[in-house]
Amino acid sequence: MTYVLRRLAWSLATLLVMSLLVFAGVYAIGNPVDLLINPQADQAEIARATALLGLDRPLWEQYWRFFRGALGGDLGISFAASVPAITLILERMPATLELALTAMLIAVTLGIPLGLLAGLRPRSWLARSIMALSTVGFALPTFWVGLMLIMVFSVQLGWLPTTGRGTTVDVFGIPLSMFTVDGLRHLLLPATTLALFKLALLIRLTRAGTQDAMLQDYVRYARAKGLSESAVVRSHVLPNILIPIVTVAGLELGSLIAFAIVTETVFAWPGMGKLLIDSINVLDRPVIVAYLLATVCLFILINLLVDLLYAVLDPRVKSGTT
Amino acid sequence: MGYACAMKSATLIQASRLLLCALIAVTAVQAHAAELRIGLSGEVTSLDPQFLAAQPNLTVARHIFESLTDVDPQTRLIPGLAERWRAIDATTWEFNLRRGVKFHDGSPFTAEDAAFSLARPLSIKGSPGGFAAYVRAIASTTVVDTHTLRVKTKYPYGALPEDLNSILIVSKKHALNAGPEDFDSGRALVGTGPYKYLRYQRGDRLELTRHEQWWGKAPAWDKVTLRIVPADPSRTAALLAGELDAIEHVPSADIKNVNKNNKLNVTQTTSWRTILLHLDQYRTQPPGVSDLNGKPLAANPFMDLRVRRAISKAINRTAIAERVMEGLAVPAANIVSPGVFGYNSALKAEPYDAEGAKRLLAEAGYPHGFRVTLAGPNNRYINDEQVLQTVAQLLTRVGIQTRVEAAPMSAFLGRVRKEETSFALLGWGSFAADLSLRSLVAAPNADKGYGAWNWGRYANPKVEALMEQALGSVDRTKREALAREAGTLAMQDLAFIPLHHQVVSWAMRANLNYVPRTDEFTFAHHFTPR
Repeated sequence: MTYVLRRLAWSLATLLVMSLLVFAGVYAIGNPVDLLINPQADQAEIARATALLGLDRPLWEQYWRFFRGALGGDLGISFAASVPAITLILERMPATLELALTAMLIAVTLGIPLGLLAGLRPRSWLARSIMALSTVGFALPTFWVGLMLIMVFSVQLGWLPTTGRGTTVDVFGIPLSMFTVDGLRHLLLPATTLALFKLALLIRLTRAGTQDAMLQDYVRYARAKGLSESAVVRSHVLPNILIPIVTVAGLELGSLIAFAIVTETVFAWPGMGKLLIDSINVLDRPVIVAYLLATVCLFILINLLVDLLYAVLDPRVKSGTT
Repeated sequence: MGYACAMKSATLIQASRLLLCALIAVTAVQAHAAELRIGLSGEVTSLDPQFLAAQPNLTVARHIFESLTDVDPQTRLIPGLAERWRAIDATTWEFNLRRGVKFHDGSPFTAEDAAFSLARPLSIKGSPGGFAAYVRAIASTTVVDTHTLRVKTKYPYGALPEDLNSILIVSKKHALNAGPEDFDSGRALVGTGPYKYLRYQRGDRLELTRHEQWWGKAPAWDKVTLRIVPADPSRTAALLAGELDAIEHVPSADIKNVNKNNKLNVTQTTSWRTILLHLDQYRTQPPGVSDLNGKPLAANPFMDLRVRRAISKAINRTAIAERVMEGLAVPAANIVSPGVFGYNSALKAEPYDAEGAKRLLAEAGYPHGFRVTLAGPNNRYINDEQVLQTVAQLLTRVGIQTRVEAAPMSAFLGRVRKEETSFALLGWGSFAADLSLRSLVAAPNADKGYGAWNWGRYANPKVEALMEQALGSVDRTKREALAREAGTLAMQDLAFIPLHHQVVSWAMRANLNYVPRTDEFTFAHHFTPR
């Protein structure tokens, strides 16, 4: 219990520091009005708009205003869109979540079996080609992969759409595109692009874990007991190597959601990452702050879920005492 | 009015070059009956046509709404919702509104809506605005009858018809109590324009259907989808893949290849956007300027016309236009682009003359040159950072050792406002030379609204007097002559160094045509089948 409380306190402190940093940072860069406003505007108009948005007040006062609002759940109104920042983020969140989850699904369903294969027979040509694939996955920059996929599968072969999000259907009021054919066709390329790096990571992690586990005594005993090779892998190797994989996958899911920015830009995917880039370009502070706060919360939540998952995977770990 | 929002990144552009070199020939072009899908480059922040005066917002808004005065593709004024207008006296304008115009809900457009729309920009809550400058000259508006509107100005003001082009006319009935969410949801999005709201997905697309009761010549497309694709290579790829029928702002890296593709058609024209270099002309020790050993100079070299001329001569504008800009620029000598009100065709771009530049520097007392820092954005104008680098190298060649400080527009503009720059690049677009002069060349004066973008604080009473006469003149012929004279004078004195006018381009399926617009706007209703 104290552990949970302590952790909560740390999380709140993180949120506070984060919001302070972003506030000071954006303030130091410049006045959003200069960027947003039409250049024909004169000094009076710039001053009027600056005052209207409260940007003429001292920094501490602006922060205090934000802080009071934030306590009541109000993270401010976007300068550029005049819509509550949190509304903008929630509006874009389903698109990013489904992109990140699909990417993670691709990475996990391909990464773990491929890693296992490579780990069990490290000298085979199959293992070597899997490892080569993973090296390539690490080495290539995301935007380049994205453009190459667009070039091959959309422009040259014409199989899949280049950019944008497909038709959505409402699932419990949330617009999702992964349940329509058109939506899946739009989702495939960006999700693959986003998955590639994580796939490479999971392959390496699983392979290393497997190689390590295969040398352990319990595997030798299991074999001595007369268990088949597949049974050894299924009930002895896999459960033991899953813990680090779950940790990494969990953390990586967080980073997939928070930093799908490049992929979203290349594929014109209307998600949160693209929103963040646009907001940074015009110094739309409420949206930047709200986005980062939401991201921190997301990480905290994912870490918590990962901890809970440990307990399921490893009976030795009791949730709340780690 | 003046911002291109095309987001560019050097790496993405290079990648797109690879992409297109390899695949330019393969395109699947499908014909969609009477539907047009256009790829726009800028992010739309709000559908409220008076919320924020940024080009991406206005591009979308001008499909749904119209203004009293319109401009043709060459930026010359033409009738819009007002059929005629004239100045009754020096401070009174009368607008005769078009009859029989219907809003999308079927209600008639009247002078009440026009008067309401002119008053609205200053009353929108939370709007960073930008429209106030267009209505600041207005003292009052009077509805004479249902189709006559009289506008009284505070002082004689000839540019009112130009300014009113930027104020879009909303329906009083629908906009009276509407907030931004009412516009984004389409409820208050009721205009007189050629297209009606169908669906909007923020950050992704706006779908429109034809307004069948529109007063103008019916556009060819029943349905229009405006897709927002800011990443340059992706926009081109979507066109090549046949998912889009047309795109705006073709990346300079792709333009040659797109041109060669016989399934595509490219149209381009000189944009109103002039790229220029502002020079500090008010501080004795401008930041970033020093002698060759880093010590401060005795005087500000930029205040010496000979130095400004040397800088201008040292810049090889032809090379920049042809190589750095890959043909997407025209060397500049004017404050406005060719064809724009007040353009002087007698002014010719300064030819490249390194020897002449060195001679002038020696005459001015800098035989060995000096050091400067050139600042500018790296994500705003076409190839902006490469232009900065090229200028720096050319200047260094004649002895002015130039260091480049390129940053994203947000950071760059922040530094300019803190007066940390003394030599900086800016892009500017305007309908008229006198309007450009007011923002860029007139001495900064907050009360009059002059010189808000005159970063170097150049001041020349003679230019300013002519500019004021031009702006105060309601006789357009007289006004243009005065504006031209003022602009010419400012350029002969090198108030700033003009570099080039950007070229703006559109790419589309081969069976489409678009008359390229100097003001860079992309309008679905101006695309025609060939």
